[in-house]
Amino acid sequence: MNAAGILQIVLFCAVLTAGAIPLGAYMARVYSGQRFWASAILGPVERVLYRLCRIDPAQEQHWTAYAFACLMFSVAGLLVLYAVMRVQAVLPLNPAGEAAVAPDLAWNTAVSFATNTNWQNYGGENTLSYLTQMLGMTVHNFTSAATGMAVLVALVRAFVRRQGRTLGNFYVDAVRSILYILLPLSVAFTLLLVWQGVPQNFDAYTQAVTLEGARQVIAQGPVASQEAIKMLGTNGGGFFNANSAHPFENPTALTDLLEMVAILLISAGLVFSFGRMVGDRRQGRALFVAMGLMLVVGIGIAYWQEAAGNPLIQAMGVDVAASDHAPGGNMEGKEVRFGIANSAAWAAATTAASNGSVNSMHDSFMPIGGLVPMFNIMLSEVIFGGVGSGLHGMIVFVIVTVFIAGLMVGRTPEYLGKKMEAKEVKLAVLCILLFPLAILGFGAAAMVLPAGLAGMAVKGPHGLSEVLYAYTSATGNNGSAFAGLSGNTLWYNVTLGAAMLIGRFLVIIPTLAIAGSLVAKKIVPPSAGTFPTHGPLFVGLLIAVIVVIGGLTFFPVLALGPIVEHYLLAAGTLF
Amino acid sequence: MLKQLLPSALLTLVLTLLLGLGYPLAMTGAAQALFPHQAHGSLIEKNGHVIGSGLIGQNFTRPIYFHPRPSATTAPDPADPSKSVPAPYNAANSGASNAAPTSKSYIEGTKALVAQAKAENPGARVPLPVDLVTASGSGLDPDISPEAAEYQVPRVAKARGVPDDDVRALVAANTEGRTFGLLGEPHVNVLKLNLALDARWPASR
Repeated sequence: MNAAGILQIVLFCAVLTAGAIPLGAYMARVYSGQRFWASAILGPVERVLYRLCRIDPAQEQHWTAYAFACLMFSVAGLLVLYAVMRVQAVLPLNPAGEAAVAPDLAWNTAVSFATNTNWQNYGGENTLSYLTQMLGMTVHNFTSAATGMAVLVALVRAFVRRQGRTLGNFYVDAVRSILYILLPLSVAFTLLLVWQGVPQNFDAYTQAVTLEGARQVIAQGPVASQEAIKMLGTNGGGFFNANSAHPFENPTALTDLLEMVAILLISAGLVFSFGRMVGDRRQGRALFVAMGLMLVVGIGIAYWQEAAGNPLIQAMGVDVAASDHAPGGNMEGKEVRFGIANSAAWAAATTAASNGSVNSMHDSFMPIGGLVPMFNIMLSEVIFGGVGSGLHGMIVFVIVTVFIAGLMVGRTPEYLGKKMEAKEVKLAVLCILLFPLAILGFGAAAMVLPAGLAGMAVKGPHGLSEVLYAYTSATGNNGSAFAGLSGNTLWYNVTLGAAMLIGRFLVIIPTLAIAGSLVAKKIVPPSAGTFPTHGPLFVGLLIAVIVVIGGLTFFPVLALGPIVEHYLLAAGTLF
Repeated sequence: MLKQLLPSALLTLVLTLLLGLGYPLAMTGAAQALFPHQAHGSLIEKNGHVIGSGLIGQNFTRPIYFHPRPSATTAPDPADPSKSVPAPYNAANSGASNAAPTSKSYIEGTKALVAQAKAENPGARVPLPVDLVTASGSGLDPDISPEAAEYQVPRVAKARGVPDDDVRALVAANTEGRTFGLLGEPHVNVLKLNLALDARWPASR
């Protein structure tokens, strides 16, 4: 660890916060539905879209109709993507001649993009045609992000409305998310990326003859337009196999900073929007502080571990010290232009958000360095989390926290004036329990079945970490991987796809059910017995609840994976 | 029921056209108008032929050139396409080793890389930097650290029959510092450095 590295991490946090606050204010206006300067420009487009799609924007939906619309929209997109991948060989814009994607891989990939996971069992430049990348991946990067944002907005309305029945209109919330937020940001970001060197073309793969006379085929494509929304929509599915480590996805230190900010920008902005929408900005700030503290601790641990490097390689007489002439540390799977600090910060940020893009390979992190991204996802993707989904996941934890606080003082818990009763708490606990159930359930099955064991790249505790990370990433809709795992097999394609669906929709439905129940309640004014939810005491309690639930459920398996690997490495035991 | 399905289907269709065709096509047009060089992959030409991209690393093995980092990229085995064989700097199939820090084959492989680097650079004046014996995340890392370049200076100078300090000066001229003095790590683009070598001492080829 050195001053230059720490300075870059501080700068990243500062840029993120400075961007999230005004964006949060803007997004709050977008979801208020009121006319403002942006609706003067985009309003006509919005109305044409509604007319084309037979959507009545004034029609309010009950939580069940809202959930149904959300599911149908996701299913429709999933089917289109599956179909495009299966027939890509006969469609245009396929200069590399990619064949049809196999059925199980197409299922896995379609589920993966429809659930905002973007797990990469596909190889990018060697699997998907340009047209598939555009019609499939790029579109889903927008729509799955917009779905998460819509669900969040519905939940926030449940706190704001008094004795209401409806939560808004799903289609309107999704369309406004895309038109007013995701698309304008993506257009600007695309051009910034191209300026820095990210390609945007439909050229055939370039045939180069290198200085030493060898042949090099260079994959091309409309990379920048997908890269922009991939980062902003917490999607993370790479245009190329190597994702944001690839110099065409992330060519410079500047793009690295901007992409890293983009991972968290909208999720962090929505926390501020939340404060504005519920009419008490302190509530948003408290959640921001809780999330920010957890993020910074994760970055710190990962940076410290990766900067120390691999002791076995240091013992070979290799220089692992960081300086102004060398990045040092553990450079396996990392790029020189980013070095250690940016790689560690990215790993923590991409797993805190459910982005899942990588600029370095988590599988080659030191054991405790790799534990950080895994643990971040195990906390249910609530440290900013996916766009929309992160904050609605966090609010579920808030409900559990105020419930526990209520138990301690013997009063009915309330949040933002809404009483939390048995029904909401049960649904919240259901959301939270699904995580360990899916991760540990599928993980345990993979650990005893030959089809599961066959995927591990290495025996010993690291092999367990690879499998555990895969189901954690799928359930958390993250998409990053310990990529040594051979995931493109029938077993992993099918079970990881199932884990993604569970982690997405079996969380969205109870969340909307909570919203449906809360919206009907009246708002009680705060009294002397109300537990304030904007102070440091609440922030501390919230973090404790999240870490204890994550820690207690996953500690045993983490002890068998990365923690024991850490001690075995120190003792020089190899597998 | 059907009435509720229709908006989902129509919205999917309309958004597929708007975001899947309209947005990338418009961006392609704008990108190629504003930044044509970058939009086409920052390609470098020499004598009318494309020799690579300024952003993508390529393999160098001859002693007169600076060598890049190890690369873990692969290509399909010509004998059996279901298997893959090592193909360093394959820019049509990016990827990393994904080796575990406790993998025996990884540690042994690194040991061999260390031995090879030391054997190739007997005159090195700095310790062997870690980036020169570890594979990058993309397998296409175009850069090495300034220390990794310095490590190779005596070998390249000897192979070209030119003074060490002249090569050292060329490395310094091709070293990029942190962006704004702050972002990223100092690095040397191997392809651009080797092009500069050939430009400075063309006879040695």
